[in-house]
Amino acid sequence: MAELSLTIDGQQVAVAEGATILDAARAAGVAIPTLCHDPDLEPYGGCRLCIVKVEGMRGMPPSCITKAADGMCVTTADEEIVAARRTVMRLLLADHPNDCLSRRGNLDCELQRLAKDMGVREHGLIPLTREGSIDQSNPVFVRDMNRCVLCARCVGACEQILGLGAIHFIRRGHATEVGTFMGGDIAQSTCESCGECVVHCPTGALAFREPPPEPEKEVASVCQYCGTGCSILMGVRGGKVVRARGNPEGPVNRGNLCVKGRFGAIEYVHHPERLTTPLIRREGELQEASWDEALDLVAEKLAPHKGDAFASFSSAKVANEDNYLMQKFTRAVMGTNSVDHCARL
Amino acid sequence: MTNPIADFSESEVILITGSNTTEAHPIIANRMRRAARAGTKLLVIEPRAIPLVDQASMFLRPRPGTDVAWINGLMHVIVKEGLADSEYIASRTEGFDEMAEMLKKFDPDTVAKITGIAADDLVAAARLFAGAKPASIAYAMGITQHITGTDNVKSLANLAMLTGNVGVVGGGVNPLRGQNNVQGACDLGALPNVYPGYQKVTDATVQKKFEQAWGVDLPAHVGLTVTEVLPGILAGKVKALYIMGENPMLSDPDTAHVEKALRAADLLVVQDIFLTETAKLADVVLPAASYVERDGTVTNTERRVQRTGKAIEPLGDSRADWEIICDLSTRMGYEMNYASVNEIMIEIAQVTPQYGGISYARLEAGETPCWPCPTADHPGTGVLHVGKFSRGLGHFHAIDFQAADELPDKDYPMILTTGRISAQFHTGTMSRKSPGLNALAPEAFVQVCPKDAAALGIQDGEKIRVRTRRGQIELKARHADMVDQGVIFIPFHFHEAAANVLTNTALDPIAKIPELKVCAAKMERL
Repeated sequence: MAELSLTIDGQQVAVAEGATILDAARAAGVAIPTLCHDPDLEPYGGCRLCIVKVEGMRGMPPSCITKAADGMCVTTADEEIVAARRTVMRLLLADHPNDCLSRRGNLDCELQRLAKDMGVREHGLIPLTREGSIDQSNPVFVRDMNRCVLCARCVGACEQILGLGAIHFIRRGHATEVGTFMGGDIAQSTCESCGECVVHCPTGALAFREPPPEPEKEVASVCQYCGTGCSILMGVRGGKVVRARGNPEGPVNRGNLCVKGRFGAIEYVHHPERLTTPLIRREGELQEASWDEALDLVAEKLAPHKGDAFASFSSAKVANEDNYLMQKFTRAVMGTNSVDHCARL
Repeated sequence: MTNPIADFSESEVILITGSNTTEAHPIIANRMRRAARAGTKLLVIEPRAIPLVDQASMFLRPRPGTDVAWINGLMHVIVKEGLADSEYIASRTEGFDEMAEMLKKFDPDTVAKITGIAADDLVAAARLFAGAKPASIAYAMGITQHITGTDNVKSLANLAMLTGNVGVVGGGVNPLRGQNNVQGACDLGALPNVYPGYQKVTDATVQKKFEQAWGVDLPAHVGLTVTEVLPGILAGKVKALYIMGENPMLSDPDTAHVEKALRAADLLVVQDIFLTETAKLADVVLPAASYVERDGTVTNTERRVQRTGKAIEPLGDSRADWEIICDLSTRMGYEMNYASVNEIMIEIAQVTPQYGGISYARLEAGETPCWPCPTADHPGTGVLHVGKFSRGLGHFHAIDFQAADELPDKDYPMILTTGRISAQFHTGTMSRKSPGLNALAPEAFVQVCPKDAAALGIQDGEKIRVRTRRGQIELKARHADMVDQGVIFIPFHFHEAAANVLTNTALDPIAKIPELKVCAAKMERL
């Protein structure tokens, strides 16, 4: 691919053809604020926070959708650009409720963080009142359009990652919001409740009903549901698994998860009904026992049933190593090939 | 799968059959929908109007249990219209003439009578599939859970070879597997006829190899499948059963029969993370650690081996499955002293040619190779059968149509088919512990087409009884255009209205898979 050379704030940068000014700036280590830009999605150019100046070009083009060109000379920040960006941010905040800190929903608010970074504490404008809809119909997330800044990341996630398009902009002008076809409840739409839109929302407009705490560390695993092999990062805090999120490095899913992976991957792990001790049936009842008691009993009772009087069901839900040992045990110890699992069911 | 999941983005056409992909494999469905957005044509041939129909170029709706007929019908048209890949057939396959002879009688009108697919639609679908390259086939249990499951799969393979689509990027015959490590369980020999790596137990050389590797004498005859073990217990042949992480009480057909068999065993040992419906019947229950409490590897539907890392300590006294097996084996006089899963993988790599190059070192370095990966420097294999089939020439099978085991009649006029919904999984042992998933999918239901419902006066949401020759359950009726007239659908996740109380135990003679997708049923108002 052809290489382009351009100047960003006086610094020479080489990028591949097709790269945007934002890509070039990031390659040069120059920070430009963005809100609607999402590395998982096609550039949208909606929020206008990433505006820059390009020599010979009129106005201030958004860097996220302006392609880099050979010999281009870009200024990413001067007094005029910074002032324009602050105005954009003030306008965004003026159209946004300011009670975010007292809400549980989306604790990780990109909008607040950006405003802070840009030194905008108050918008100082007289807001137009807008009654956004609040959709409580989905049991796993809430949609509060009062908090939406129309960045379209949810729209892009549903359309470009899922290929679904359950939501899009509806109505026009100041009344524009993100909604379903004909504006009905999300629960009655084609939405699959996977929560991908919530993950991509930079404000509290889309929020999980049970927002997970921030983990201390993350460990990569593979989702237990179906055979697709989606990589999940298991978030651990205080010795418990508290959060599951799609692993952006996952070779199959690239961070994407379905409804089960998102809302069911860890919920059963700490469930009170988990078995935590061996059980032996005594006088008709299953009663707690030690490992020694249980395994000695099994070993003793299995001994007379070697050969085809024994069978084992291994499992499509356990690891390769477990399956290998189960068939080895069945064949080498019990002397039969009667080992199978639920591949047929 | 013969091809990687990412290949669906390279296909011109994807034939989706026997799979409700958006509900059972949502992330794969996402890729198919993205492909459709970019111009790939989706051809859905399914008894139910699955959600992917929204993105499909064409949707054909056969009656459940008539797959061989419409696949042969497609091939009949392809051959007749000269759309077959004659060069591929000549250079890469054998047995074409015998199959072509069989195809003769599957003209579109005959196929229409068997399947209910209009003759013109069949012709159009054949032209769509054969007119594009590469064309991929994706299927799931809707193809395999029939007494003709093996025939159905062979027929799809015939179709793929006929159009020159095996061994090419964007093509292939691609079963979407339903459990996160069902591929690995098969690969590593948790099957009664093969050792790890699909090495036959009846092959004396293979037997000798494993006898040397394991230092014991090994049995030379094929063992029993899951679906044969339970009758084996009732016949007094099988006395002791050790179940690890499975719940046949809900997953197997004819629950009453399953329970009778499990109760009849002299010894039932169940190793699981919950006291499942099956574990409740056990003599000894062994508590296993869940997947986040131990290290391991799993192999996905595209043969990709990935690490599952230990995130937390095992709960209570629970232990990793492999540790429990080692302990039991050692107590029974056969020492298994593996210090870690890593040591087990070293042994796996030694005896399993396809996994010869898989190691924890590579996985920890971020690699996720697809097998066959025979050596440490082999990158893994994405597309199978490139240039040459693993057996040499691809073999066409001449396959005749055979009706399902139990067809609707006067007493049981409906066809019952079963399957999954997106927010629950398999027997619900894991997914039904999630408040979110339970809120999204709280209860069992039966999908009924509005016309059939109206005929019996069944309201949307009304609790009804569904009865078959095996048993009966009560659950809510949902009016759904997704099912055709004469067909009802029940998800099998819910123990309180378990679909498998109703299903037929008739088996495919080769794969021994039960016919869970077709049986005769009737609905009754309460």
